[in-house]
Amino acid sequence: MTSIILLSIFGILNLFVGFMKSKKALMPVVLLFLAVSLGATMFDWNQPQSYFSNMLSTDNFSVGFTAVMVLSTLFILPFSRSYVVAENSNLAEYYSLLLFSLVGGIMMVSYENLLILFVGIEIMSISMYIIAGSDKRNILSNEASMKYFLMGSFFTGIILFGIALLYGATGAFYLTDIAAAATNIDPATAPLLLMGLLLVLVGITFKIGAAPFHFWTPDVYEGTPTVFTSYMSTVVKTAGIAAFYKLMSAAFGGVYDQWFPTLVAITVLTLLIGNIGAVAQNSMKRMLAYSSISHAGYLMIALTSFNDRSENAILFYSLAYAVATIAAFGVLKYVSDERGSDEYSAFNGLGKTNPLLAFVMTVAMLSLAGIPLTGGFFGKVFLFSAALEQDMVWLIIVAVLMSAVGIYYYFRVIIAMYMRDAEGERIAVDPLATFTLISLVVLTVLMGVVPGLFNNLL
Amino acid sequence: MLTALIILWPALAALLVLLVKGDGARKIAFGAALVELVLGVWAWINFVPNGSTQFLLNEPWIANAGIMFKVGIDGISLLMVLLTVFLIPLIILSTAKHTYEKPSSFYALILFMQTGLLGVFTALDAFVFYFFWEVALIPIYFIAGMWGGENRVRVTFKFFIYTVFGSLFMLAAFVYLYFQTPGTHSSEEVAFYQLVLDAGTQSWLFWFLFIAFAIKMPVFPFHTWQPDTYTTAPAAGTMLLSGIMLKMGIYGALRWLLPVVPLGVSQWGNVVLVLAIIGIIYGAIIAIRQQDMKRLVAFSSISHVGLIAAGLFTLNHHGLQGAMIQMLSHGVNVVGMFFIIDIIQSRTGTREIAALGGITQNTPFLSVTFLVLLLGTVALPLTNGFVGEFLLLMGVYQYNAWMGAVAGLTIILGAVYMLRMFQRVMFGEKNEITQGFTDLTFNEKAVLVPLVVMVFWIGLHPNTFLTISEPAVLKLLDVIKR
Repeated sequence: MTSIILLSIFGILNLFVGFMKSKKALMPVVLLFLAVSLGATMFDWNQPQSYFSNMLSTDNFSVGFTAVMVLSTLFILPFSRSYVVAENSNLAEYYSLLLFSLVGGIMMVSYENLLILFVGIEIMSISMYIIAGSDKRNILSNEASMKYFLMGSFFTGIILFGIALLYGATGAFYLTDIAAAATNIDPATAPLLLMGLLLVLVGITFKIGAAPFHFWTPDVYEGTPTVFTSYMSTVVKTAGIAAFYKLMSAAFGGVYDQWFPTLVAITVLTLLIGNIGAVAQNSMKRMLAYSSISHAGYLMIALTSFNDRSENAILFYSLAYAVATIAAFGVLKYVSDERGSDEYSAFNGLGKTNPLLAFVMTVAMLSLAGIPLTGGFFGKVFLFSAALEQDMVWLIIVAVLMSAVGIYYYFRVIIAMYMRDAEGERIAVDPLATFTLISLVVLTVLMGVVPGLFNNLL
Repeated sequence: MLTALIILWPALAALLVLLVKGDGARKIAFGAALVELVLGVWAWINFVPNGSTQFLLNEPWIANAGIMFKVGIDGISLLMVLLTVFLIPLIILSTAKHTYEKPSSFYALILFMQTGLLGVFTALDAFVFYFFWEVALIPIYFIAGMWGGENRVRVTFKFFIYTVFGSLFMLAAFVYLYFQTPGTHSSEEVAFYQLVLDAGTQSWLFWFLFIAFAIKMPVFPFHTWQPDTYTTAPAAGTMLLSGIMLKMGIYGALRWLLPVVPLGVSQWGNVVLVLAIIGIIYGAIIAIRQQDMKRLVAFSSISHVGLIAAGLFTLNHHGLQGAMIQMLSHGVNVVGMFFIIDIIQSRTGTREIAALGGITQNTPFLSVTFLVLLLGTVALPLTNGFVGEFLLLMGVYQYNAWMGAVAGLTIILGAVYMLRMFQRVMFGEKNEITQGFTDLTFNEKAVLVPLVVMVFWIGLHPNTFLTISEPAVLKLLDVIKR
């Protein structure tokens, strides 16, 4: 809760900093704001509280996911230095929008009432629609913003429909009341409940970019400026999956059997489409878009299996995924800015010209592919554990096969970096970004070597 | 603690090597590997061959999931550890005549791989085992991919995808087994050994685990990555792959397959034996037709590993002990062979058998060492190959006389392709390529002499090594036949 208030105030303050025309001061200020919010968030650890007549609550679940989101933002921003230098960029506004969108994200992980969920989704999404179009002279960025806005508002409408139907069936917006009503529901209103649930599920599935509602992902990711893409694929996804899990566990845990088949179908489809789609890409950025779809699929394995291991598995995996993805996008940003392309070939010989960037990218790719020594490996182990506890062996077989496919496309960039001849010059990276990249690598390896530190926090 | 030191020292040394520029990297790496050799020998001296696991380290790793960082050394592990610490310094020394681009990365990767290998050979927890299993793979991928020959990108990628694909199944099986353990769950080796699973479950678990190990060895028909990868990798990479890494597959099957799913093994053991014996004959016949020396030895390796795999799945004392001793012998011989091929290639610029000839005339030292290693490979009595193959064939014969007879062809076929290669390359008239062939340098002798000593040591007094593994193997057989 403190972090919601703080970030809202900081967002407005930040706009005033923008008025002072001192662009250089912006980034340190925002980083400071985020660090303060992160600290404030951690104060709520083990201090459950509820606010606004129980519409919002902070517990370890919300604190954990809030921390992941704020930390991710903290890691993402240092890569936006080139936007500071660029002319015509309304940087203060973008940073403020990011902070506001973070507020929406925090509401999505701490709601107790569907209205707060809806408001949270809206706050987060509307900021993202604008940010997607922030490179306003670039036609692709315009396209991304337009697509994201049209599809996004459509799906928000679907969520609202669903909430209305759920209200009709149960007479409640509160998760606990819905849960009570759902378990002993009158057969006549049961279809209404399930219809409402399905619509909300479809809406959230869109937000986390899971199949079959993933079509916006590659285009929007490609058009959005890389730093903000990295925000979209980590913070937005984390908020979405946490909200999803909270909805299912707090409100619909009692009717698990009803939604299980739908969720399994979505999970398998997402895994297949994400991984196979990624194989066909030549652009690193589009590959990462499809990879984000596939990781939504992995995360949904934990949702589908739905047991006491799930939430910890989701938290660990979200963090591991976010850290690796931010590192990958960070390196991609420097390479594509310098070499003017985000195809795999732009990475040729990076191992010779920029050993550090190449190493960071390698660790990120190994983590996303789930190879040991990295956080991604234990993320997968914990997810698979959750599913195997339910004896879902065949789901694991699909996931294992898809992980092998994943190695194929993640290694293409490693091959380009180390096994092809260099094209182009050494790329200059500013010290803050270098420091961030190194921190991301350290965190990834730490999660891969002593996973006990991050496991079973909730 | 000693085990932890043995595992971690190469990784620490690798970090140090990364900081060194130029030629110093090799010297420091060699020094670090010698220190590691001393540590290995120290473990050997303090080891009591009584079937127990010694130098145990058992620390919580993922405490809340009951996963322990448990490593230790028993007789089976010790032989593998000794093989690794013995070969790595020789492999590093054997690269002296090459100048690699970015030497510090090259040698750091070798040392880093050593950590992975030793972790695999000492792990007593399934997740620790899997962890190191993959840790060993990443360095060799880069060694082969960055410093390899033609088509290295495609070939090493195939190798990587192939092996990771197999090991993901192993991981899934481990996670499944972990959930079958009682109470708060445990992934320790002993916990897996105590599991009682029904035959149907063990049947699919067997394949999940077997695929991972079969690809690594490789057993026919999972071998298709192997000849290309061996041929393409730089000499040091090939030595690592064939000398030590393929033993990971055999060792893995010995410790994590046979005792864990004994009912699965009794259902499918026959099939595996047939596959292994097909591999023996298949590898040998293809080896006869090879023109490239490196490829010839690669195929011969498929043949020899087939015999070791067959010995494993006989589940009798001779078979398992034969596999143990033959793992050592094969490691020594194949590293020696690949090194000699590397010497010939770097002097003449070719590995084509047809293009060479008459090398013996000015190279007495090379000829003798080559011959000794070659005779070890074809299992001549008094050499190391004989002890291993004899025990293995005895094991297979006990299991099934016909299979023993067919597997025995390996000795005849092995002699055919090896002696044919030796004859064409070393004897005959000198030609313009082999005209100025010089004998071994000091460095090369320093690599080959220890290998030749080992050929005779294992050949003349195999008990030094057999007694190390004997109690552990007997204990393992008890677990398998529980």
